[in-house]
Amino acid sequence: MNIIVCVKQTPDTAATVTVENGRVSWGDAPLVLNPWDEYAVEEALRTKEKHGGKVTVITLGPEEAKEALKVALAMGCDEAVQVSDPAFAAADTLVASRILSAAIAKHPETDLVFFGRQSVDSDSGITGSQVARRLGWPSLSLVATVSALDPAARSIEVERMMDEGRQVVRARLPAVVSVVKEINEPRYPSFMGIRKAQRVEIPVWSAGEIGLSGPFTAALAWPEVYAPPKVETVCEIITGDTPEQIAIRLAERLIEEKVI
Amino acid sequence: MASRVFAYIDHYQGQAVPASWETLGAAQNLAGAFGGTVTALVFGQGVEAIAVQAVHHGASEVLLAEDASLAEFRPEPFSTLLSDLLRKDGVEALLMPHTSRTREIAAQVAVDLETGVAPDVVAFEVKDGAILATRPIYAGKLFTRVVCRERRPQILTLRSRAFPKPEPDPSRSGAITRVALPALSPLSEVLGYKEAGGGVSLSDAAVIVSGGRGISNNPSLTPPAEIVDEKAKEVWRAQQGFALIRDLAAVLGAAVGASRAAVDAGYIPYSYQVGQTGKVVSPDLYIACGISGAIQHQAGMRTAKTIVAINRDAEAPIFKLARFGAVGDLFQILPPLTKALKERLGK
Repeated sequence: MNIIVCVKQTPDTAATVTVENGRVSWGDAPLVLNPWDEYAVEEALRTKEKHGGKVTVITLGPEEAKEALKVALAMGCDEAVQVSDPAFAAADTLVASRILSAAIAKHPETDLVFFGRQSVDSDSGITGSQVARRLGWPSLSLVATVSALDPAARSIEVERMMDEGRQVVRARLPAVVSVVKEINEPRYPSFMGIRKAQRVEIPVWSAGEIGLSGPFTAALAWPEVYAPPKVETVCEIITGDTPEQIAIRLAERLIEEKVI
Repeated sequence: MASRVFAYIDHYQGQAVPASWETLGAAQNLAGAFGGTVTALVFGQGVEAIAVQAVHHGASEVLLAEDASLAEFRPEPFSTLLSDLLRKDGVEALLMPHTSRTREIAAQVAVDLETGVAPDVVAFEVKDGAILATRPIYAGKLFTRVVCRERRPQILTLRSRAFPKPEPDPSRSGAITRVALPALSPLSEVLGYKEAGGGVSLSDAAVIVSGGRGISNNPSLTPPAEIVDEKAKEVWRAQQGFALIRDLAAVLGAAVGASRAAVDAGYIPYSYQVGQTGKVVSPDLYIACGISGAIQHQAGMRTAKTIVAINRDAEAPIFKLARFGAVGDLFQILPPLTKALKERLGK
């Protein structure tokens, strides 16, 4: 099977993010492979291990985004591609989905494309569905289980996490799958994998190399980013001689303050 | 009629998602700003009753599409139909409640019409003829204002409970028009549902009672003799803890939530997880039991109006967010709390 994983580089979720001079800053915190994308990489690798084939990891991002690709390579991906062009600088998801679909289309005979459910920076969670739409392939989003995959019959069956429960869906390959964390437990990069990843030459594809020409005008603008105003909450600690007294006093306070 | 505002009514198994009515209310405010009217959209099969409810909640017109290919949600037919209607009407804006379905429809419609989508919006205003939408990023650590200046329609999905819900008025009337369907060619087949329904949905809940790692921390509970494995004993203890959480939730009509630590330890399924990698909620009241309050958990619940923390560790970060705190053993505090609230609320 020819499998592609699309990943993004993001700040670590433990980072303290602030706004400095109107721009987002995460201080000295490291940039990492978007945590949701680790599940996508893992699922791609497990699919390959079961059905054979090749896993290619793609990212859209500047030079330093190569580090995210190296993590995916160290986990076991076979090849990596960085899609980068100064013309892509102001990409929103509409533009990003156009670029990623062109990069995917350049790979012949792709069977499956994996995404993480969203990136931990913009939290949009729409790029995967948009790529599927552009390619005209079924979009299987929020997938918690790939329950059946039959490359010969060109069919995939998955369980999707909707708000209300799991929806069981069957579709034909090629398909775009975005995954939630329940799907697997991502592996750690191996020592050998890390060494191998350092040696891999990662090609950089520009707009022209994926057959696109500009302008790449974003539909959305972000005129403002700000930190929410700090709400000073003073915690009223409910005291009592016994747990029962504390419980009863807490119930009374919740009712007095019309919280309940 | 370029000033029309479309409000998409999301539903599941014959019931409109409550946030759909919040969306309809927000659409009315927006239509006021643009000097236009609100058209509600109801797609599905056997959903005419929802179209009538949309009129009661303030839609001056409803476009109703019913077809076998719309009986179960799949992104492709819903997106194709919606794009078709948006192309014909030259609509100013499309508002949708933010759900697992609409996030995907919004994404695909935006591709069809080459326009922008602002997901998970918590507030908006109209400025210079465009919607300036506020949405959380970095799991709510920051906010951004997003605007789609030139392309139309502007598409927003609205976070549940961020906008007021209009009161239904059965005396309201409005035209319900059945629309002609384009070719919908679904790309997938729905085989069924699992673990669906049951309990109050986390995103819609006004009250949430959540349990964390501390939920298994009760050595005085003795698991049945047939459970020998230490991990299984721990999970059994946690289940006794979650039983207490469910009792309290039942009295308050609340949804049950959990921290990542509780989910990762295998105490409760992932669908209950509140936090950066789980659900983001903003209830009126959030009761955190045995949850220390890691920054990733805070990302999912810090917008709750009132937070109550019950924890053995007085130094736990959760107390910095909480309006009320109880330091102690949740196994000793929850049963009398449930009892006291049950008596005082007359249940």
